This record gives sequence, structure tokens and C-alpha cells, in this order.
Amino acid sequence: MNDQSPPPMPGCRDVPVLRERGQREVFCGLTGIIWLHRKMQDAFFLVVGSRTCAHLLQSAAGVMIFAEPRFGTAILEETDLAGMADAQDELDREVARLLARRPDIRQLFLVGSCPSEVIKLDLAKAAERMSAAHAPNVRVINYSGSGIETTFTQGEDACLAAMVPVLPETDARELVLVGALPDVVEQQAVGLLEAMGIGPIRVLPAPRKADDLGLGANTVFALTQPFLGDTHAALERRGARHIPAPFPFGEEGTTAWLQAIATEFDVAPDLFERVTAAPRARARKAVAQAAEGLDGKSVFFFPDSQLEVPLARFLTRECGMTAIEVGTPYLHRDLMGPDMDLMVQGPVFSEGQDVDMQLDRCRAARPDLTVCGLGLANPLEAEGLTTKWAIELVFTPVHFYEQAGDLAGLFSRPLRRRAVLKLDAAQPPAARAEARR
Amino acid sequence: MKLAVWTYEGPPHVGAMRVATGMRDLHFVLHAPQGDTYADLLFTMIERRNHRPPVTYTTFQARDLGSDTADLFKTACRDAYDRFRPQALIVGASCTAELIQDDPGGMAETMDLPVPVIPLELPSYQRKENFGADETFFQITRTLARSVDRTARPSVNLIGPTALGFRHRDDITELTGLLMDMGIAVNVTAPMGASPADIARLGAAHANVLMYPETGESACRWMERELGLPYTRTVPIGVGATRDFVAELAALLDVPAHLDESRLRLPWYSASVDSTYLTGKRVFVFGDGTHVKAAARIARDEMGFEVVGVGCYNRETARDVRALARDFGVEALITDDYLDVEERIEALAPEMILGTQMERHIGKRLGIPCAVISAPVHVQDFPARYSPQMGIEGANVIFDTWVHPLVMGLEEHLLHMFRDDFEFHDAAGASHHGAKAVPRSAADDAARAADSMPGADADLAAAPATGGDVVTWLACAERELKKIPFFVRGKARRNTEKFAADRGVTQISVETLYEAKAHYAR
Repeated sequence: MNDQSPPPMPGCRDVPVLRERGQREVFCGLTGIIWLHRKMQDAFFLVVGSRTCAHLLQSAAGVMIFAEPRFGTAILEETDLAGMADAQDELDREVARLLARRPDIRQLFLVGSCPSEVIKLDLAKAAERMSAAHAPNVRVINYSGSGIETTFTQGEDACLAAMVPVLPETDARELVLVGALPDVVEQQAVGLLEAMGIGPIRVLPAPRKADDLGLGANTVFALTQPFLGDTHAALERRGARHIPAPFPFGEEGTTAWLQAIATEFDVAPDLFERVTAAPRARARKAVAQAAEGLDGKSVFFFPDSQLEVPLARFLTRECGMTAIEVGTPYLHRDLMGPDMDLMVQGPVFSEGQDVDMQLDRCRAARPDLTVCGLGLANPLEAEGLTTKWAIELVFTPVHFYEQAGDLAGLFSRPLRRRAVLKLDAAQPPAARAEARR
Repeated sequence: MKLAVWTYEGPPHVGAMRVATGMRDLHFVLHAPQGDTYADLLFTMIERRNHRPPVTYTTFQARDLGSDTADLFKTACRDAYDRFRPQALIVGASCTAELIQDDPGGMAETMDLPVPVIPLELPSYQRKENFGADETFFQITRTLARSVDRTARPSVNLIGPTALGFRHRDDITELTGLLMDMGIAVNVTAPMGASPADIARLGAAHANVLMYPETGESACRWMERELGLPYTRTVPIGVGATRDFVAELAALLDVPAHLDESRLRLPWYSASVDSTYLTGKRVFVFGDGTHVKAAARIARDEMGFEVVGVGCYNRETARDVRALARDFGVEALITDDYLDVEERIEALAPEMILGTQMERHIGKRLGIPCAVISAPVHVQDFPARYSPQMGIEGANVIFDTWVHPLVMGLEEHLLHMFRDDFEFHDAAGASHHGAKAVPRSAADDAARAADSMPGADADLAAAPATGGDVVTWLACAERELKKIPFFVRGKARRNTEKFAADRGVTQISVETLYEAKAHYAR
């Protein structure tokens, strides 16, 4: 446990990847709205799609949908499909109604879906037109969260990448942390960096339009989430420079992530040590406790969020697990490189999915723990496999030091539960009689 | 375009999935983009199924668009058949695939699969989930059901239960027992639990029991026409409806009507004195047409409630619900927009809501008790315990379910008696709702003392008091209103305001409040 040894030679950066095409059991990018709208407090996400899209958001949002959520679906009807010009007028009308009803909205995202993309409804043009019509109060931005183009967390990537071009220009040397994190986690990260004298620090997405950050040639940025490939590219197009690092999961990941930024800002080693020593020790202790029962166990990842690679790195290096297969919907080699460098060769890395084939491999391997979506979790449990449903890893605070123990706990809990439940326990009558004697 | 946040129903292909998942040895190949597999978790999570729904999705992506998607469909179809070896396949398109016009039915036909392949037309931009289920089951029946010899003894099919149906699992059990008591066997229950081979022998029954018109009516109509199977019109939810159902079925099959009522408790519970307080409770009923019709009858005739509004979200049953509303002398609300429902509930200020998961949340927001009577429902309404809605036990379950959210009679009486008690003031809330009792504050007490002082009427309540048609509450009246238990306060406020407005009174005093109370006394 808590393997602090140097990176293995060679790591996994250059291992061949199993690329699969076939049936995929994944969410589309629309799901990103569920957490993005909590993060951006003055934004409304309007999906232009079908009843299926509305139904998906409802199923994914669970009970949250009742608290006057700042998202909705403009459901395409038969008349919208008949003539294209009409659809733009309809959209203008619905948006005007929406903005009249919600005057607190400052940013409106027109989110493309499979139906709107297939009929080639020009939402980019619509966003431009509406931005002009509702300026300066409301900014209208378009991105696609369609299943044909995006998988689950890629919805956040598409959203942030669409925001990058409209952000103001600046020459200031500022650090931008990219990726929507739970507030508590974001504050911890900013706190640690500021304690090292690094600043000013901005976050993308900003909580409000008024807090917009500027970008320019002196901007440096660090990703807190691995699924931000397009945003990464868009930021570089604006002249900003990326600080490559492993992702901040676990004690080791967090330290390496902070170290990369500290190096960029010339933080003295003793200052770095002073700031990180106590939280590192806390995190190590918490992980050691929470990871009890994970040591020596095997884990199999189905593709879901692109968090799989850094999480497999955390589980193998800090919790003593063995990875059998690390499935990811999309493997961005450059962004994932630092994490793959740290992993011992052995696990199969797979990109994409043919779900029935992958299920066959999973059943054959009989992993101790399978990380998968909710469509597979109960069926696999019924087959006797222990599962950890993956979506929770996106909603729960899991990054940085103080959450390292919680993160390990998310994986150890299902195994502990399997151990404590004695559901088949029933002594045969003879044994009971024996016990009474 | 129509802006929606909540939808009562999913798209029609989800209805098709409900039929496929309910059945055995049938596989559904759905031409759909990546992401549409989200619907799987409705079955694995909400219904807690221990297997994946028997659905193969083509999950096409942007790079597949063009001619490629047709090949993708054929490959998926072939692989699904090879892997699962079903007795029959159903094929269809989701909303996006409908737009790219690949014609799954036509393609599957050319593949020469050795089992029946049933194409589905699911118009995603016009129809919804219930239609999808009804249409899918109809197509399956039409393709597979044949005229076969009738069973020697009287038997029926149970038609309509599906996966993700509200209490379908236990309704089947309850009805099967009830039929057994009458000496009637169940030939096939479908779609739930049936295989395509079972569908082929539907014709062996003497009649169909149409359990849920939303999901089984088209198939029943077809079987009546083509196989000569009559079907029952009464849905046996509630005591009266169950008795009517038994009589209807007895007449159809020419067997004696027999209903074992030894376990039936609703009538006595409802007659017992503790239920007197239920008399005239104003309820609003909303859900799918079938459950709304049943619930309205129970509410009025078996619980003694006053039904102040009815409505449904599925327009397929709009005509029935409108007729029902006329019967009850209320206005029907046919809408799939939950904001309309919320508005109507606010306007009617009922004392109880019988509705779906959405109404449960509306009720929570407005402080009105609610019991769930219809889909859409959440995981807690797929309970582990036996809880049918139909038949004798169903009536018992319904009595308990509806009464529990209300404050019980004796409790209500005690709350009235001790409403000034330091533990029973309003902010404390009802203890069984989990709220922690907060002792009344000194400020509260001072306000109470001020009530009895002369000139208290002089200070106006916070509401802006301009314009002749605006009714304002004087502070003392507002305080008096707060003494009324919270569960009837909404009605008292509404009645008083109406009373005042009708008389051109613009300021409500304690006197106005009590005059209104006397006026509306019943």
C-alpha cells in the first residue's frame, strides 16, 4: 500500500490499446448538465432534442428535478421536422418565453442532441442571433451533448470548450484550474496553492458570468479532470499553456499534481513540503484505513467517464489492487500519459466498447470488483460479481487530499458489504438441533 | 417545440422495452444512437431487475452516419440472434434513428433469420411510452397469436402487465387467486412473463381480462375480432369495481359469480368511527386514466372523500376521464405538463392529492399530503412486500396507503384540543414527519397576548393593500388563521378570501374569518 516508489520502468504509456467497436452501454454528453448547472449558478441549459432527451435528464437527475432546476428540453415536434426555417422561429419563441420567466439567467446554453444534430438544426447560428437579441444581459452559447458525438463527461468538455473562445483577453500571468469540481474540493485546491504563494487563481467554469476569467499567452492552466481534451485544445488555441500532471486522486496523485504547478511557479521545495506535509499524512492515513480489504484484490473497469485510468492508477499504487482491464470511452494519450507512466504494465487498456464481448471477458476474469454503470451493476451482482457503480465517482467529492480516504472507501464499501451480508445463511434443522444440545 | 422539464411518459421505444423486458425469450433490436442505453437503468434500478433488459442497441455514433448505419443495424441484429437465440425478435427505431430512415423492419426481413421478426412503428415525435407498449404488444400478438382449440375448463388470459408497471407484479398474483376462487384458470399472462410461444396459444382462453387498457387494449380488441375472445371492461381496483368485475366475468364465461371477501377489510375500516373524519376530505386525483378512474370511485364511494378535481396525462384515455369528470361534476385536466397540474392543485387547494411521483413532490412543496396511485413512480413504489392495487388485498392496501399521509382522526382531534400547547404549535410540525419539536418562543407568546389587546386591528399585515379588489389580512386575523391546524389552513384562507371578495370586503378581520367559517360550515 501507499507505494511511493518511483515510476515503474517501463510504465504503461506506450502499451498497445484494445480498440473496440460495437454496442456501447454509456450515457450521452447531455448528462453533464446535471452537475454543470449546479456549478454555474446563473446558467440555464436548454437541450434542443426529443422526448428521449427529456426522459434521460429526468432519469439521471432523479429527485433534483423538482427544485426549479436550471435546465430543460425544447422537445422537437412533428411540425419542427417538416420545415427548417420554422424550427429557428420556434426556438426563438421558446427562449424568449424562458428568459422572460427566468430573469436571473445570464448564460444560456443551447445544447445540441442527436435529433437536432441529425436534422442539422443550426444551433450555432441560433446562439449568435440570440446573443445579439438578448445582449448584454444574457450570453447564449451552443455546444453539443449528443450521444453520437459525446460520451457522458465529454458533455462537460464540449461545454467548456465552447466557452473558451468567448472569454475576454488578458496578459496577466494567471493560473486557471479547469474542470467543474464540488465547491468544497475546489476551495481546498485553491487554498493549498495559495498557501504556496501561487496566484491569482481562476477556475473554469466560473460560478457566474460576472466572474469570467481572461485568457492569453501568459495564462497557464491545469486540468482537474481527465475528460477535457477539447477544452485543452481550445485553451491552447487561445495561447494558454498546459501544465501536464497526473490527476489529483489519492495522496500521490494530488501531490504530483500540486508539484507540477509548484515547479511552474518556482515554489521552494521546503515551502512545498511545509504546505503539503500535514494533509499528505492525513490522506495517507485515511487511505490506509479506508482501503482495508482492497489490498491484493482485482478490479475491472467498464468504460464510463474517462476517470478510469487515473482511478486505476490510484487503486493499484495506493490501495494495492491489481487492474485486469481498464476500459475507457476515449483515451487521450497526451492527457493520460502522466498517469499511465505511473502504472505497472499488466492491465489491458481498452478504448470504446462492444459490451457483450467485454461482459464475456469480465465474466471469464471473475474480478473481485467491477466498476460499471447502473445498467450493468445489478445484473452483474446477480451473477455473483461485486460491483461499484461508476456514476457516483463523478458526483461525489473525490479529488485531492481530504477526499482520498472517501475515494478509497467508495471502492472498499461494496466488498465489505458482500462480506457482512449473510443472505444465504440458514442452518439446516439438524444443525440447529445440534446447536441447542 | 415545447419546453419540458418533467415528462410523465418516456418516448414510445421505452414502451416497447417495457414489453420486451416483461417477456421471456424475446429480443428487441433497437436502432438508436449511443446514449439511449440510459433506459436500461430504469429496469435494473427502479424495478431492481437482476438481468439486463433483452435489448440490443445499435449505438451508432456520428462517424457511422451515412450508409454505414444500415450495416450496423444488420450486424447488431445478426449478433443479437446468434448470442441470445430468442424465439422471436422485435425491431424498431428510436427518435434519432427515425430521422435517418434506415427502416429496421425492412432490413431485418431481408436477413432470413429463422425466427419471426416483428417490425415496430414507433412515431417518436407524436406518441409516447404507453402507446409504444400498447402498439408493441399488439404487433407481437397480431404476428404470433393463432386460432387454437379452447381449453376444456374456463380460462382467461391476463392482458396488459409489463415491466416497469405500477404494481403489475402483485396485481397478477392477486387476480390469479381471485380467478382460481371462481374456478377459472389463467391460460397466459402477457406480456409479463410470457414467451413468444405463449403468445401463440393466447387463443386457447375463453376470454381476456384486460388489466391495463393503456398497455393491452389494442391487442384485446384484435383478439376479440380475430380470435373471438371477449374481454372485460371493468378494471378491478377498489371494492365496488372488484365486485363488478367478478359479475362481468361470470356473465362472460357463464360461471357463478363468487368472491371470497373473508380477507376484505376496507369496508369495515372505512365504516369504523375513526374514519368519520375522512368525510368530505377534498381530494385531487391525477395519473394515468385507468388508475384515476378507479381511484375517483374509491375516493367518493368507499372512503367518503369529496373529489374536487380529476385529470390524466395520457391523452389516450382523455375521453374516459372527461366523462368521469362530468359524473363527478368537476372539470377534467388533460395535460402532460406538470406545471399545469401544480397550478390546478394550487387553485383547488385540496386536502389530499392522489397522484404520481410528480404530484408527490408538488404536494411536498405545497404542504399537502399525497398518496401515489399511478406511474410514473420511483424505486420506493416497487416495494419488496406484497402490495397489489387490484382485488381484495388491493383494496386493503389502498385504504392503508391513502389514510397514512393524513393525520389520523384521533390525532386530528387531539391536535385541535391542544393546539395552544407548547409542543403542538405549528412550527413544531407533526412528530411522525420527523420534524423536531421547537418550543414556542417568547415572541410568539407576546404576539398572542397582543391579540387580546384593543386596537390590535389597526396594524395591517405586510401585504400591500391598494386597489379595491385586493383583499388584505389584518394582523390579528392572520394570527388567528395560524391557530387553525396547518392541514386545513389553506382551505380556510381560500374560503375566507372568497367570502370577503364576494361581499366587497377588502380587509379581513377575525370577525370576517369566523363569519366565513360559519358560512362554509358543513
